[in-house]
Amino acid sequence: MTGAVVPVVRIQAQDFDVAAEIARLTQGRADIGAVVSFSGLCRDEQGTLSALELEHYPGMAEAEIARIAAEAVERWPLQGLTAIHRHGKIAPGENIVLVVTASAHRQAAFEAANFLMDYLKSRAPFWKKEHRADGSEGGWVEAKEADDEAAGRWKSSD
Amino acid sequence: MTTRLIYFAWVRERIGVAEEDVDLPTGIETVADLLRWLKSRGEEYEHALQYPDVIRVAINQEHVEHREKIAGAREIALFPPMTGG
Repeated sequence: MTGAVVPVVRIQAQDFDVAAEIARLTQGRADIGAVVSFSGLCRDEQGTLSALELEHYPGMAEAEIARIAAEAVERWPLQGLTAIHRHGKIAPGENIVLVVTASAHRQAAFEAANFLMDYLKSRAPFWKKEHRADGSEGGWVEAKEADDEAAGRWKSSD
Repeated sequence: MTTRLIYFAWVRERIGVAEEDVDLPTGIETVADLLRWLKSRGEEYEHALQYPDVIRVAINQEHVEHREKIAGAREIALFPPMTGG
């Protein structure tokens, strides 16, 4: 053990490099046996979408993701955790969000990454607005009940 | 005491400002009270807060329920359900 894991949380307009972020967690270490990464990308919705505009609550976005990351570190035996969320205008095919988890065995890394994404979707203060390919004004993306339900399944019953 | 109100996404668009400082009248104790008072401030507010149940609220950058007391809040944010990730 190298002590408590300090999650890396970044909110940024610029893109990120998935391979570089994984390498950052594993470099120089021989105790990590599993790394899971999840990237969320902007879809073009069958060609109808030209971009997503991500609005966020500066300050709270960092704080909320840090709270979610701290909970993940408490619940699973993780050896590394990185969460990056972009804001601003993002084109189809570009990255939006990245979660990387590292642990000795795969289950912890898989579950923690899944938990992080479910909570990010329902609790991190970001809002997506659509820009349509035909130039017409798009609306705000509506929250899905399924996302709230997905987050709810991690609540402990005790 | 002055409280800063911050709005996001369609709540911000409908109210027409991103943030404002307000002096809350006495009797506004909870988030639900605040939403009810704001809604009475004009057409824009009425439009933004038409369905108060869907509005999410954060006090000093932490999520709270509508029954939460707002005493001591420096910053209260109102926004729609989040759609990040």
